[in-house]
Amino acid sequence: MSSLIIPKKSRRIIPGFHLSLGYTMLYVSLLVLLPLSMIFIHTMSLSWSAFIDIITDPRAVASYKVSFSTALIAGLLNVIFGTIIAWVLVRYQFPFKRIIDGLVDLPFALPTAVAGIALTSLYAPNGWIGQFFNFKIAFTPLGIIIALTFIGLPFVVRTVQPVLQNISAEVEEASASLGANRLQTFRKVILPELVPAILTGFSLAFARALGEYGSVVFIAGNMPMKTEITPLIIMTKLEQYDYAGATAIAVVMLVTSFILLFTINLIQWLANRRFVH
Amino acid sequence: MMKKRSYVLQSLALLTMLTLSLAGCGSANSDEKASGQEDKKSVELLNVSYDPTRELYEEFNKDFIKKWKDDTGQDVTINQSHGGSGKQGRAVIDGLEADVVTLALAYDIDEIAQTRELLNKDWQTEFDHNSTPYTSTIVFLVRKGNPKNIQDWDDLIQDDVSVITPNPKTSGGARWNYLAAWAYAGKLYNNDETKIKEFMKSLYSNVEVLDSGARGATTTFVERKIGDVLIAWENEAYLSLNELGKDEFEIITPSLSILAEPPVAVVDKIVDKKGTREVAEAYLQHLYSDIGQEIAAKNYYRPRNETILAKYKEQFPQLELVSIDDFGGWAKAQATHFKDGGTFDEIYVPQ
Amino acid sequence: MEQSTFIQQASTKKNKAATQSAALQEPRIIRYTLTCIALAFLAFFIVLPLVSIFITAFQKGVDVYFAAITHPDALAAIKLTLIVVAITVPLNAIFGVMAAWALTKFNFKGKNLLLTMVDLPFAVSPVIAGLVFILLFGSQGLFGDWLFAHDIKIVFALPGIVLATIFVTLPFVARELIPLMQTQGTSEEEASISLGASGFKTFWYVTLPNIKWGLFYGVILCNARAIGEFGAVSVVSGHIRGMTNTMPLHIEILYNEYQFAAAFAVASLMSVMAIFTLIVKDIIAWKSKSS
Repeated sequence: MSSLIIPKKSRRIIPGFHLSLGYTMLYVSLLVLLPLSMIFIHTMSLSWSAFIDIITDPRAVASYKVSFSTALIAGLLNVIFGTIIAWVLVRYQFPFKRIIDGLVDLPFALPTAVAGIALTSLYAPNGWIGQFFNFKIAFTPLGIIIALTFIGLPFVVRTVQPVLQNISAEVEEASASLGANRLQTFRKVILPELVPAILTGFSLAFARALGEYGSVVFIAGNMPMKTEITPLIIMTKLEQYDYAGATAIAVVMLVTSFILLFTINLIQWLANRRFVH
Repeated sequence: MMKKRSYVLQSLALLTMLTLSLAGCGSANSDEKASGQEDKKSVELLNVSYDPTRELYEEFNKDFIKKWKDDTGQDVTINQSHGGSGKQGRAVIDGLEADVVTLALAYDIDEIAQTRELLNKDWQTEFDHNSTPYTSTIVFLVRKGNPKNIQDWDDLIQDDVSVITPNPKTSGGARWNYLAAWAYAGKLYNNDETKIKEFMKSLYSNVEVLDSGARGATTTFVERKIGDVLIAWENEAYLSLNELGKDEFEIITPSLSILAEPPVAVVDKIVDKKGTREVAEAYLQHLYSDIGQEIAAKNYYRPRNETILAKYKEQFPQLELVSIDDFGGWAKAQATHFKDGGTFDEIYVPQ
Repeated sequence: MEQSTFIQQASTKKNKAATQSAALQEPRIIRYTLTCIALAFLAFFIVLPLVSIFITAFQKGVDVYFAAITHPDALAAIKLTLIVVAITVPLNAIFGVMAAWALTKFNFKGKNLLLTMVDLPFAVSPVIAGLVFILLFGSQGLFGDWLFAHDIKIVFALPGIVLATIFVTLPFVARELIPLMQTQGTSEEEASISLGASGFKTFWYVTLPNIKWGLFYGVILCNARAIGEFGAVSVVSGHIRGMTNTMPLHIEILYNEYQFAAAFAVASLMSVMAIFTLIVKDIIAWKSKSS
């Protein structure tokens, strides 16, 4: 791995390359790579066919569908509403704005189990919100989407917010002075600036939603084939002392998330290079 | 060249720092332990237990601490750890240093004995009654007035009945629920396996929410008001009745159920390492004493002691009970029913 | 001559700005609609759950509330959580600055790979995040025998809880700083260095003031998540009452004991802690602006 990282330019003015990179690599290796490698090591104890059997088990496959589709929808919901919230918080004035701004971080601070319990009590058929609907929200995939939207919200808002703050008014003025109306300015000038941030926010929210366990088990109903999420399958295997099976499913999730994050980082890097250089 | 060396050196220095700080944390902890051991005036026990025994051991520990002080003059501190039975079993296997384990099923303790040989394979003979000082059974909790008129297991497979029970794959306690239903169907259909599976299938197709743990299921039934009947341990049913509303629920005892045996054991290797064998054994033995049995009964566990059981007979109605041995023991029951591809999985295989 | 054209230009600019302010602002109806959508969304997803937590917390009265948060086990849990946060957050903050410096000020092969590695803990299910440390340091794990022989406890003790928390909150500070430092570029640092300032001085007097708020924000998010982490910590804690229970685990215990009011009282305390850090941030921002 270290052989891969060779500085492109030998002439560097800014100091600290070796120190900062060395520290980063060490920290990441010790605290991320070493622990995560254990998942692969434990999966190795399975034969290839056993591994395939476990990860293609109908219940596991059904759970991937549930997990991916709900995480995707929750991610998209967060993109739409997260961007609107960030926009409103940066651009408009309204009462209690400071407090509302602070509340956005709540999903990070609240233990996921508490979030799950609170959301279930609201959206259950006899809950404050659930009673107004003549279909069930909690204990269906809808409930999972709600929990996942909740836990992923800060990612989008908090990545879009600083970028929005940094867009200088001059650019918008220039666009307006060239005769663009507001919608055109937004589409042609503001949105392109926001896209990388929105993309990052989406990928982080989606990745986190994929792995979420604590809040979902309360609201999902956990019915096999219908509302059973992949992390629950992992728990099920662990309860049966089946470490190899659990890590096999974990490998599937880990590889998927890695590819997703890597692709999005790559897209952003390419986009940056095109614009900057 | 110079630069490269300094980079390596810096990394090494950082690595050592990190390791040292970690080791520092770790050894600080073990120092504490060591000093606690030398001081013979006090001793510490860790009881790793499952979820619904909190109230029981809270009361029992107080009594034992007093008794141990009177008998030996030693102060004993009992630390409690609670969680799902399987999760707790795993924690002990992975290094949680439990002096005694008091779990929901023998299977979990068997697993500890097998994978790490922390205790004897025949641990179940160490104490009386299969090392189970108290038992329970599986009953129904229904809404007040029993609107769906649920009396026995076969009422649960009616189309309009909605059932709440936890997932037997994630909840150790729920495996007893499943086996109790299976035993009833077995008797009903004369052990015709196709018919039993049919029965189980219609039962679990009535399950509306399959919570991951017993207490989660209770909350779904009691707080969310979902389902007509909760399949629960007798002690859990009584507890929810008393904690959450006597005028809202009632307990129905079916004609046949299973004798749920939550066993206890001393973890040999740990007590020998810590030097706590004597107090650990006395602790579990105290569960069999009259007062221990009384505390169990007060917490709605069926005591083994016949006289004390008779004293509480209104609380514990007589019913026909099968035992885990009728399923060939836990190892077999686990393999047939709850392993991946077992009978429980068959229920949910789409056709 | 030159001056007058300048003034002229300036005045036309001013006029233009006045006439164009409409083009820089959305129509009022859109402004109101967007604000309403944002507020409604926040109401349903954040405010209502929070309100329900507080209502349940105070359901049994103020006495029960205060009894719950001053119970010895609760205090032990609060103390443990604060210790964990005090170790985790500075470590991840230093790491975040280092990683952001390496990833934004220099170009090297494998940069994207490293960046993705930094992101990875976000994508790992908390259950797995806890499990990997069990697989490493548990008694059947890679270092299990060695640790057992030397009587060093990592999992089911403080070090394990700290490790799991560091893992889960590792990317926050780095993730907050990287986009910020990317847009700022390297020109200011280059200028400082060429004027003869040392690397450390450049960082302290040039870079740090520029990334101050990003750093602060990252620390706040990291702090919030470190306080609230449940899944990973639950796997490595051992759940020993009064010893290895953090606040989220203590809440779970109370909830499982049917002490709903007490459980939510502790939960409400946690949400107050999270909001409090943000208020502190606002105060500091306001003070630095006014001075």
